[in-house]
Amino acid sequence: MKAIPAAAPTLVVDGVSVSFRRSGTLIHAVHDVSFFVRPGETLALVGESGSGKSVTNLAIMQLTPPAPRTLVKGRALLTCKDGVTRDLIAASGEQIRAIRGNEIAMIFQEPMTSLNPVLTIGDQIAEAIVLHRRVSKRQALRDAAELVSLVGIPDAAKRLSNYPHHLSGGMRQRVVIAMAISCQPRVVVADEPTTALDVTVQAQILELLKNLQRQTGMAIIFITHNLGVVAEVADRVMVMYGGRLVEEGDALPLFEKPLMPYTAALLNSVPRMDMAGRRDVVLDAIRGSVPDPSHLPPGCAFHPRCNFFVAGRCDATQPPLEEAREGRRVRCLRWREI
Amino acid sequence: MSKRTDILTVSDLRKHFSIGSALFGGRATVKAVDGVSFSMARGEVLGLVGETGSGKSTVARTILRLSQPTSGKIVFDGVDITALSRSALKPFRRKMQMVFQDPFSSLNPRMTVDDLLTAPLKIHGLALGRDERRKRIAALLELVGLSPRHAVRFPHEFSGGQRQRIGIARALAVQPDFLVADEPVSALDVSIQAQVLKLLLEIRERIGLSILFIAHDLAVVGYICDRVAVMYLGRIVEIAPTANFFRAPCHPYTEALFSAAPVADPKVKRNRIVLSGDIPSPLAPPSGCSFRTRCRYAKPECAVSAPPLREVSPGHFKACIRDDLSLQTWDGETTSS
Amino acid sequence: MTDFTSSTQVAGSTEPTLGKNRARDRFMRHRLAVLGAGMIIALVLLSFAGPYLLPFNDLYIDIRNRFAPPFASIHILGTDPLGRDHLARLMTAGRISMSIGFSAMLIATCVGTTIGAVAGYYGGYLGAALMRLVDAMLCFPSIFLLLAIAAFINPGVASITLIIALTSWMEVARVVEGQMKSLRERDFAVAAELMGGSDRYIIFRELLPNAVGPIVVAATLNVANAILAESYISFLGYGIQPPTPSWGNMLNNAQQYLSSAPWLAIFPGVAITLAVTSFNFIGDGLRDALDPRLDH
Repeated sequence: MKAIPAAAPTLVVDGVSVSFRRSGTLIHAVHDVSFFVRPGETLALVGESGSGKSVTNLAIMQLTPPAPRTLVKGRALLTCKDGVTRDLIAASGEQIRAIRGNEIAMIFQEPMTSLNPVLTIGDQIAEAIVLHRRVSKRQALRDAAELVSLVGIPDAAKRLSNYPHHLSGGMRQRVVIAMAISCQPRVVVADEPTTALDVTVQAQILELLKNLQRQTGMAIIFITHNLGVVAEVADRVMVMYGGRLVEEGDALPLFEKPLMPYTAALLNSVPRMDMAGRRDVVLDAIRGSVPDPSHLPPGCAFHPRCNFFVAGRCDATQPPLEEAREGRRVRCLRWREI
Repeated sequence: MSKRTDILTVSDLRKHFSIGSALFGGRATVKAVDGVSFSMARGEVLGLVGETGSGKSTVARTILRLSQPTSGKIVFDGVDITALSRSALKPFRRKMQMVFQDPFSSLNPRMTVDDLLTAPLKIHGLALGRDERRKRIAALLELVGLSPRHAVRFPHEFSGGQRQRIGIARALAVQPDFLVADEPVSALDVSIQAQVLKLLLEIRERIGLSILFIAHDLAVVGYICDRVAVMYLGRIVEIAPTANFFRAPCHPYTEALFSAAPVADPKVKRNRIVLSGDIPSPLAPPSGCSFRTRCRYAKPECAVSAPPLREVSPGHFKACIRDDLSLQTWDGETTSS
Repeated sequence: MTDFTSSTQVAGSTEPTLGKNRARDRFMRHRLAVLGAGMIIALVLLSFAGPYLLPFNDLYIDIRNRFAPPFASIHILGTDPLGRDHLARLMTAGRISMSIGFSAMLIATCVGTTIGAVAGYYGGYLGAALMRLVDAMLCFPSIFLLLAIAAFINPGVASITLIIALTSWMEVARVVEGQMKSLRERDFAVAAELMGGSDRYIIFRELLPNAVGPIVVAATLNVANAILAESYISFLGYGIQPPTPSWGNMLNNAQQYLSSAPWLAIFPGVAITLAVTSFNFIGDGLRDALDPRLDH
């Protein structure tokens, strides 16, 4: 495990591996992922399907199917509000339930699946509050009203008695955010929270998250595949491919000079607005498809699609995660030469 | 633009849906498409951009006569197809095709790729001999970057990107002149999107296909389209050639879209224009200009009547009564409207 | 043109028909369903091949051996009041009862599928009218309906099959209507319409193949009900008439001898029970096995 930098991180994930048992075979969805996130920081976790980005975070919070269907290894050390550092993966059922929602909260992509369609908004937010903060229902509802206006929903008091289907997608996501921050967690994990929303609503939600972060100092792990959103919100970026961490670093340097060919290829294959209307622009599409976790290529998982592939090296050994410079890690055998 | 080179002309197209029952609570009308007019030249790629409730998908389906327009005219390849019967429409079904958003539900799970590509050929009586069919299908698969070996497989054996290619192959099987691409890359992995976009461009070059490209991602639209049209609550609010559109947008909603669109470059700094509120319900659109309730530049005059599309520079139209605005484009640069 | 494919990259599977194998595996895991399937195979083999193995047929009258108890003589399951071999009669009856059940199912499934498909695909007034017809027919208790119709016709294998089919197509229609309604909205159905496919093409070549799972399940349960229905009406005397044996009318004939020769009633009863419950188990197993949500 690497040395912990100056501002003590809130969450340190160390060597997490997740495997699923599917019809007899063991599928390794996540291999040995380690990262950390500091208070007030936004860490973007970028990856496509099969990269393991969502599974990693579900595993940390013990939200994956229980053993023996799922095997989770490694540690996830969370420094809780009382100052004690606990390993989330090793925590007992009772401990993890006290931590979820209270110390670490999660926001999902589809607000309709996070919200109970038969309970009012007020009841749902209050439920989270009562569960962790031992206050009366009435007090919880008052807090819920405050939270609802904090997340930018007008007419908070009236909205408490609405049901989820009365609200638009953007509003529902705000309610989910309200529930997530209701107990002032130290870390919020947002898994594609704006992917299903319109672009103007997405901008509103991202702005909201930034403001809340400024106010409460919470750390955000932002999982997404949208590089534009990453550029908007991230302080640091982690790129995952084939279940492994392949590049990590501060956002600006990573976008300017990506070291791992996958990151570079990804940035080059996304249409950019400055290309608009120009006939001379060539988009470098990455050939091939994203690998299936049950059929990972040997050696470096990206090698069949990589422009810098060298036979005998890239398909023979799994590249280790190296520290390229201060704060930057790369998993590539050839990063120095490229 | 000469009528003879236009593949499609849509005039004042409207599509209204009645919902609710006459007995309980009364009927309400959703004006999904409320007076849309535009033309498309042969070989052109026109982008149609909008958010939820803009009506962009409804426009496409109405043009394809999948649903009946409430009023307006659709002229395709010189023929008024607005009210044609189903049998009269059949020959046009060869000329207009569609690629769908969801690669997982757009292919019949029970049919092999071979079946999927043969079906349109059979329906239109093309390539009747078995050998000729096999050759055609092999050619189609190669056109979209798949191998003829894949013909015996079922859709679930392919990845999302490959399924989308199969969908494109199916649409091209009958050699159409016009293709509607309804968010064809939104459901695909980022690294695959570029492949499909390049494929579409390549096909356009090869066979001169006209494409109506519906999307919500402005960068994608900018890359692939010759012209861009923005829709809001059933109307086109701006339409312009791509370069002009991105360099100097003329409508406040376009400005808001640019401001909200995430740019994959942390160095780009813009003034964040965050629209207040949500999109109004299509059941009760605001009077006059439907955008005025969220527009920073709204004036009392905006409520009077819906502004028509006015030409502000060659080929560049906007539906806004104001001419004095300095609007910000995607990178923060401002130009006057 | 750049190579967008790599031969190793066709997603995941190596076998072309992964879906079918998974369904078969799921079915095999359902122990009762496998048991039921085995039982039906045994019953069918017994009824159709059995008579060739027995030295006597069901018509051979052996008065000296009448009322022979089972497992005591060469007549394995005993003999009836006329000295006919019980097992032979059971087999013949089995052929008849199961054939009627199966044929009725075929007719009911065809009728029900067509009506359900039309109702589900077209919707609107036509669909509503058809489904109200289905509802109306479902209001009648099927046994009474059957008996009422049976009283007016000349009972024979064909006519009984027909009336059973006519009173059991409604469930299938309901299932198919529901399936069609949801399948019609799927993108591939829209694509078929865009291709210029006729309604008949879309319904029968594109949509129905995707509804095969629920239809098969409904059909399997239909066989069980058909066999039961035939037994009911034959037992009550309105179905298959003697001397043609059916499990139902064998039960009828055995009523007066319940205390003196119980085997005459027990074996047909057991046969009916086995057949009906086996089909029900198979139906359950198929329902789980063919559930499309469990695929990928």
